[in-house]
Amino acid sequence: MYDFALFFTSLAATPHRYATYIMALTREQIENIAHLARLQLQQAEVPLYQQSLSRIFELVGELERADTGSIAPMAHPLPGLSQRLRPDAVSETDRHGLYQENAALVAAGLYLVPKVIE
Amino acid sequence: MTIHTQSVSQLSEGLRRKAFSSLELTKLFLERIEASQSVLNALITITREQALESARAADRKRAAGDAAPLTGVPIVHKDIFCTEAVRTTCGSRMLENFVSPYDATVVARLKAAGTVMLGKANMDEFAMGSSNETSWFGAVRNPWNTDLVPGGSSGGSAVTVAARLAPAATATDTGGSIRQPAALCGVTGVKPTYGRVSRYGMIAFASSLDQGGIIAATAQDAALLLQAMAGFDPNDSTSVDLPVPDYASGLDAPLAGLKIGLLKEFFDKGLDPQNERRIREALAVYEKLGATLREVSLPNLPLSVAAYYVVAPAECSSNLARFDGVRFGYRCENPKDLTDLYKRSRGEGFGAEVKRRIMTGTYVLSAGYYDAYYLKAQKVRQLIAADFVRAFNEVDVLIGPTTPTPAFPIGAKTSDPITMYLNDIYTIGANLAGLPAMSIPCGFVEGLPVGLQIVAPQFGEQRMLNVAHLFQRETDWHTKIPEAYK
Repeated sequence: MYDFALFFTSLAATPHRYATYIMALTREQIENIAHLARLQLQQAEVPLYQQSLSRIFELVGELERADTGSIAPMAHPLPGLSQRLRPDAVSETDRHGLYQENAALVAAGLYLVPKVIE
Repeated sequence: MTIHTQSVSQLSEGLRRKAFSSLELTKLFLERIEASQSVLNALITITREQALESARAADRKRAAGDAAPLTGVPIVHKDIFCTEAVRTTCGSRMLENFVSPYDATVVARLKAAGTVMLGKANMDEFAMGSSNETSWFGAVRNPWNTDLVPGGSSGGSAVTVAARLAPAATATDTGGSIRQPAALCGVTGVKPTYGRVSRYGMIAFASSLDQGGIIAATAQDAALLLQAMAGFDPNDSTSVDLPVPDYASGLDAPLAGLKIGLLKEFFDKGLDPQNERRIREALAVYEKLGATLREVSLPNLPLSVAAYYVVAPAECSSNLARFDGVRFGYRCENPKDLTDLYKRSRGEGFGAEVKRRIMTGTYVLSAGYYDAYYLKAQKVRQLIAADFVRAFNEVDVLIGPTTPTPAFPIGAKTSDPITMYLNDIYTIGANLAGLPAMSIPCGFVEGLPVGLQIVAPQFGEQRMLNVAHLFQRETDWHTKIPEAYK
């Protein structure tokens, strides 16, 4: 069984134990993840995320120790909860203008973005 | 008797007797907030004018004989709850100028109950953090020692109550964000059952774990406020349609025969021995009150941090996809195309910890890794929840530490996310299983407060508050206030 106490004390006592750990994630992988997540990273940030994400996945790797053979995955904590439906009727008034006050760039009631189609 | 040290119940009674008006109370607490702000940084936005206006309205209501118990009681809202016409930042540059077009259900209900909002509490950015150091609006400091963190993510809410800048503050808990700061600041923090309090208008972090709750000085106050917040909301599809019991009426029920479970996994090497001493002393108080103690084991609980750091980032990466620089939130300058607009708005608008969690979530949900990480974590979550169900077949509540140590220095854990994440090692289990849990003060270690955690079965808030209240009738830890704020 995963001994979290041991994990805790060893990590807390030597917080940089993994500083020299061979990084599980490469620079290219981090750049790919950042692209999928639509996050622009500074060049200097990449190694920091390489190191910290590698450590996170090392922690997460502990999950492998659990025997989950026939266990059903749990999506939320309320057994028996089913998605409610509401009657298909108008329940909101048009507050379009108010909502758009939070947008950086609008014109004629439309949200503006850089040109997508030439 | 000084006014600012009074509990919500006492202030409510004072208002009823006309010992003071809501306007006087509101001015008093606003002055305390403003005087402390440069040191504690507990709030992001102070709503002085609106507060004075609501206080005057509350006083008029009372004069007309139309007052409820909370009419005119000042409170603070965590800046994750949307407030109409007052900006809601979620501690992020991304939402620095965001003004919600509507009130969160929690805000609307507390407003309808008569409370006066003094402002919006500081927090870790998008509630991701355990020290309140990730806020775009600066770190919050612990009033017991301003070199130390207050905990997080509801650090501003906990400090607000600890320094008596307001008698209560709303908060949210995804992995311990109510209980951990409550413990480190010496106040009472309640995370209700998942689905008990509406999440509508509460900015989403991890939707299957997030739950709104309350931080106050006492369990009695928390019960009073929870009563006003809890209940079914058709606007939240996971809100549970069950009647809300009268929490106050159950507070004094005797504890004779109460079966308390001690989690074997919580009393281990990671727990600071001095913290453990305070917890054992608290357990002795319960024995004196007629409760019996027995050890229980939740063998899968040690995997809770690992499961959490898959499930929470996965949900966060999905929830935070809405911040695209188009409809609301930060937008970068001069985007060259749509992808550049998305990437730079998000890259510049989010802080380092938020980006770390979005990337962790993106990775575990990406092709080829979904089964190994996300599905596996969801199965482990099932095992952990089943462990709790088994434990509650044997005992009524589980009691143990809230945190492994008292508050730590600002900056001490920022370089290593894992040591920061392990702060929540005792609190995450309740979120994974959707259980109500709370932290109450149970003593001090070298001048710093220690929190006692009480976990109950789903929808067992009434018993949990009762267990906390009777401890507070026997002890006075919850009345301790940092010297500078007495």
